[in-house]
Amino acid sequence: MAATHTPAPAASTQLQPRRLVLDILHDWVTTVDHKKLGLLYIGYALIFLVIAGVQALLMRVQLSIPNNNFVTPQTFNQLFTMHGTTMVFFVGMPILFGFGNYLVPLMIGARDMAFPRLNAFSFWISAFGGFLLYFSYLGASGLSGAGGAPDVGWFAYAPLTAHVFSPGHSTDYWTLAILLSGIGSIGTALNIVATTLCMRCPGMKLSRMPLLVWLYLVTSSLVFVTISPLTAAQIMLMLDRYAGSHFFDTQAGGSAVLWMHFFWIFGHPEVYILILPAFAFANEIIPVFSRKAIFGYPAMVAASVGIGFISLSVWAHHMFTVGLGPGANTFFTLATMVISVPTGIKLFNWLATIWGGKIHFTASMMFAIGFLFQFLIAGLTGIMLSVAPFDWQLGSSYFVVAHFHYVLVGGILFMLFSAFYYWYPKMSGHMLSERLGKWHFWIFLIGFHLTFDFMHVPGLLGMPRRIYTYEADRGWMIWNMIVSSGAIFQAAGTLLFVYNMIWSYFKGPIAGPDPWDAWTLEWSTPSPPPEYNFAEIPTVESRRPLWDIKHPDDPDSRYE
Amino acid sequence: MSQAAVIPQTTPWVLPSRGVVGMACLIVAESAIFTIFVVAYLYYLGKDLTGPTPSQVLDLPIFTSICLLSSSLSIHLAVSALHHAKRDLCSLWLAVTVLLGSIFLGGTALEWHKLIVHDGLTLQTNLFGTTFYSLVGLHATHVLVGLIMLTLALLFSLNGSMTAKHIGRLEVLSLYWHFVDAVWVVVFTVVYVLGR
Repeated sequence: MAATHTPAPAASTQLQPRRLVLDILHDWVTTVDHKKLGLLYIGYALIFLVIAGVQALLMRVQLSIPNNNFVTPQTFNQLFTMHGTTMVFFVGMPILFGFGNYLVPLMIGARDMAFPRLNAFSFWISAFGGFLLYFSYLGASGLSGAGGAPDVGWFAYAPLTAHVFSPGHSTDYWTLAILLSGIGSIGTALNIVATTLCMRCPGMKLSRMPLLVWLYLVTSSLVFVTISPLTAAQIMLMLDRYAGSHFFDTQAGGSAVLWMHFFWIFGHPEVYILILPAFAFANEIIPVFSRKAIFGYPAMVAASVGIGFISLSVWAHHMFTVGLGPGANTFFTLATMVISVPTGIKLFNWLATIWGGKIHFTASMMFAIGFLFQFLIAGLTGIMLSVAPFDWQLGSSYFVVAHFHYVLVGGILFMLFSAFYYWYPKMSGHMLSERLGKWHFWIFLIGFHLTFDFMHVPGLLGMPRRIYTYEADRGWMIWNMIVSSGAIFQAAGTLLFVYNMIWSYFKGPIAGPDPWDAWTLEWSTPSPPPEYNFAEIPTVESRRPLWDIKHPDDPDSRYE
Repeated sequence: MSQAAVIPQTTPWVLPSRGVVGMACLIVAESAIFTIFVVAYLYYLGKDLTGPTPSQVLDLPIFTSICLLSSSLSIHLAVSALHHAKRDLCSLWLAVTVLLGSIFLGGTALEWHKLIVHDGLTLQTNLFGTTFYSLVGLHATHVLVGLIMLTLALLFSLNGSMTAKHIGRLEVLSLYWHFVDAVWVVVFTVVYVLGR
């Protein structure tokens, strides 16, 4: 304190920038502010998105022509394992929790999450998990010299994970990383549920909550019953590997199928944990750019809760090829088909929201419309695969890979881009360039369809997933060439997006508090919002509080 | 005044306690973890390739179970004593809870000692050993965590720093302890009744 007066002028000019950097770093590392933690989550996820994207590109280079030797089979195994694990646990989960962290308190008129320090703990433990996973490249060799990055596939089927088949420590890094990320996810989900239920501003009844908050409530509740089984299974796997127990040890009577059940009890609801936040973004973005209130609010809530429940009873459609018997096959086929009903309700409601609206084709809205179209197709191939006999034919083929990438890229990633264009002004205070945004949209759209439309075909022709190369006479070459060329477009589009974010942060026009003329509470705060969010805790009367303020003559509360 | 009568005054804005909601979420998540371990236990029941089997080595831990279940009552009495600002009584019931929980944990330790030393059953012996030690051990770990927190609460209560404003926190802790007891009912039924 007193020391700040004493240093000589020359020394202080040299020291100041360094202290500033350290101060900023200290500020970010010790923060418990939900907005900063949200941005940390998002930034961390974007770094991993680029890493896992590069892994995908390497795989596509390897597969673009037959008999290719660009990477070794061992490296290829590591690539698809790391790509899948990273994308699900260290891109998808953190980026969605990042948006949730940032937006949920703002949207319900709260000053922070219910448990700010738990929030920081959850982020850092997840982050540590990610770093641990990638440290395996250096540290997993172990004494035997075997190892490197995990190479057991993202679902790590037993008995491949046993010591005999996975010597060294690669699988240990995988299981520890996922255990840690799971603890972080459960912590954040707990926080989001407690925030939603206990921190709402006066008047923010459950029936008036923005749909985004509703969907985050459903997603977070799903995390408890979904990530926890995975955590339990990882504990078992660790006991097997370290303490010599026999959970998944087939030599001692253990069952490999039990691992499959445990994994997919997590694995399938996980898909919904990832897609529900994408739905959440669509629920906020589509109405604003159609200049209409969301169509069928109660039906949307009911459909979201319905999806949450049904998603818990569909896991074994990942296991039709195991041979579960006709009873189980019928049940899981039916349950899988039933889940398309609430999903269909959502699609129709979004269309009805757009219908007759005054549509603003911003980059954000264009990505949202892309999402609607692509998610429909992804859902349709999903219904095809839900039919057990069809699945017997195409299970573990590139058709399946194409289907779920259609969901994850065509659905979730498109909606994430849309959310970035929509909320970036709020988070940074600057608008993203619309011109670059539209270039990004069209380039990425072309790349997406080149890659994932045509990826269905080699699947139908019998190309299995996870092979590192193939013979020239199979007739898969042309399709793989097209698929790989699409990946280049996607990479270019993503680079453009990253450039746009950096450029706009320094040069983008000032956003102001409410650039989209939107209706939810986050737009009543300055951009970026101050640490305390709201100088005065707001009171709401309807689902669109900012509409009520902007149109005092015709408030929504009159009609709800 | 007359206007205030016309405008419908809303009821005061009351929201649930975040501590209780947070603990409820944790309990749901923990229940899912226990469910997976219970499923594994039931799935592997009777599929051992070698002995010993549950019916050969397991005895009903009746006394320690009664102790653990009674501790649910004593923690409840501790909370209600704090409600009535009877701090000494609160300390007493907390001490009883810690004692009962410790007896349970001691019982588990003796049981494991017998199983390991006399019956030669370890985690590595067979599927029964694998699933038994992991399920019962997972529960015992939760008891241990609860005991540590209860002991802390007891110490705070004894030195007088636990006051009426900490009722909410003690209630959250008691929720956790009730959950640990409820899990034991399931574990007891599965392992010692159905499994034998």
